[in-house]
Amino acid sequence: MITQTLFRALDRKAIFVVLALLVVAVAVPASNLYLPAGHPLRVPNHFVPLFGKYLTYAMLALALDLVWGYCGILSLGHGAFFALGGYAMGMYLMRQIGDRGVYANPILPDFMVFLNWKELPWFWHGFDMFWFAALMVVLVPGLLAFVFGWFAFRSRVTGVYLSIISQAMTYALLLAFFRNDMGFGGNNGLTDFKDILGAPLQSGTTRAALFAASAIALALAFLVCSAIVRSKLGKVLVAVRDAESRTRFLGYRVDHYKLFAFTASAVMAGIAGALYVPQVGIINPGEFAPANSIEIVIWTAVGGRGTLIGPIIGAVLVNAGKSWFTGIFPEFWLFALGGLFVAVTIFLPKGIVGAFTGGWSALKARRASARAEEGTGLSGDLEPSPAE
Amino acid sequence: MGRQETLLYLDGVCVSFDGFRAINNLSLIVGHNELQAIIGPNGAGKTTMMDIITGKTRPDEGEVYFSGTVDLTRLDEAAIAELGIGRKFQKPTVFESHTVWDNLELALKKPRDVFSAWFYHPSEEDTDRIGEILETVRLTARAQERAANLSHGQKQWLEIGMLLAQDPQLLLVDEPVAGMTDAETVETAKLLKDIATTRSVVVVEHDMSFIRDLAARVTVLAEGSVLAQGSLDHVSADPRVIESYLGR
Repeated sequence: MITQTLFRALDRKAIFVVLALLVVAVAVPASNLYLPAGHPLRVPNHFVPLFGKYLTYAMLALALDLVWGYCGILSLGHGAFFALGGYAMGMYLMRQIGDRGVYANPILPDFMVFLNWKELPWFWHGFDMFWFAALMVVLVPGLLAFVFGWFAFRSRVTGVYLSIISQAMTYALLLAFFRNDMGFGGNNGLTDFKDILGAPLQSGTTRAALFAASAIALALAFLVCSAIVRSKLGKVLVAVRDAESRTRFLGYRVDHYKLFAFTASAVMAGIAGALYVPQVGIINPGEFAPANSIEIVIWTAVGGRGTLIGPIIGAVLVNAGKSWFTGIFPEFWLFALGGLFVAVTIFLPKGIVGAFTGGWSALKARRASARAEEGTGLSGDLEPSPAE
Repeated sequence: MGRQETLLYLDGVCVSFDGFRAINNLSLIVGHNELQAIIGPNGAGKTTMMDIITGKTRPDEGEVYFSGTVDLTRLDEAAIAELGIGRKFQKPTVFESHTVWDNLELALKKPRDVFSAWFYHPSEEDTDRIGEILETVRLTARAQERAANLSHGQKQWLEIGMLLAQDPQLLLVDEPVAGMTDAETVETAKLLKDIATTRSVVVVEHDMSFIRDLAARVTVLAEGSVLAQGSLDHVSADPRVIESYLGR
């Protein structure tokens, strides 16, 4: 049964996307590591973590699309799950520093020594082990989403109200993580990481490996989403999006379906955050900022919500644009982003992918009708039009 | 008829919204394999009654029992639907971005939990059943089209088809022929009569010629309670019915 479901997830398009991501996962690190400096096909050093960051953003946008594009839940707090995954990874990386910190305390991270703390808070225990941190990367965002969703969906909070409380959730976390006595490094967050699984973070090989890990994680997330979306479960999610009460009167527990999608999405966002942190080298409360969560929505809208490839394209394009734009006109980026969102909403309501596939099928339909008019359309490739 | 022999049993049901009594001491019985038509002027409480039966609205007082023993006032919409009560909305509500086929597949009586849905694979039996229902509601030729492209009348039929796929014991059908041509209306009456040979059907309608085609027991609702019951000729001769329809 499970293999059948996975098999169905792999239609031609999905195979193409997964293969493309795997090629990227091999080709970019290989070109960076093995081609001589100055070779035209070599990916420069600083591009590897930058592209890796885009891939984690793409995974985040994909996660949002599962709840927004397919289930109609517009979460304006998805950045929180990403940041929590990032913090879990950051805590592991902090503990990896050991006595190489400024204060050379073998147990306590620098900021705790600075704050005169004598011992490690209870919630920092276990983060010296990678497997524990990896578990928390999945568990903490998943659990928060589950509890949040449990209350919200059971009380039938929908639409703009749900968007607002999800935004409030990430804002509350922002304020909490800003506080020094929360024990997460306050304003400065966690940084000065040295190594991951014993490999130095600054080395080209580690960065290449992190890039490959991000691409593979994105491919896996794509597969999981594809397996969800193409199954009957995915059809129920779309049904909930389009006619929630109809779905309920058919006997489906709408809150369970929403809760499943929301939790799965939060877990994916958390994993993306965990891959993001070692590549950018820092995690601070700014990641919880409501504006970040809104940006994710924009990436997804630009790429095309309700398609799985759309958010990936949107996240990579918008962020590549951001890197380029902030290089030349740093003050105007937010205006450009706002303008982009308005333009996409008005001119490309289904995003880039939607416009592309819409244009393609319109073209096919036009050709088919032209052929029919010429009287050559009897070859059988026309849909039989039912008599009305 | 005692409560145990009924399929649906409402006794002394009251519901108020902001002080307005939408349902006022309503008592109603639907037997097994019975076709019953419910008519009444606007605001008589027809839709509210369906909301109560399907768990959307909780009654302030009164008893609502299914199959004589199951207390519907304690259950939510999904549980009631699983029990075997299907509902067609006044405004046809189908999943517009799904194909006609997928609409029926979603409605098909199967385990409704998340993981069963994830790993669901249509068996041959399921495919046959969907094909059968498509024939019944005459949508075979449009099975692979998106439901959004159907005409109003076809959407009504698709929704009736979805009810059939649910395999309920009781169908609550709210204005099934609104927006249909005369020929379609006649066909719908035939279809509902056919369905009522194996299960119970409650139809809310305004169209009198359709009610006549149904040849069913008629219940007249007014101001939230039952005004008259009997054959169409019997109730339409009742002076109180005439007054409630025309006298205001």
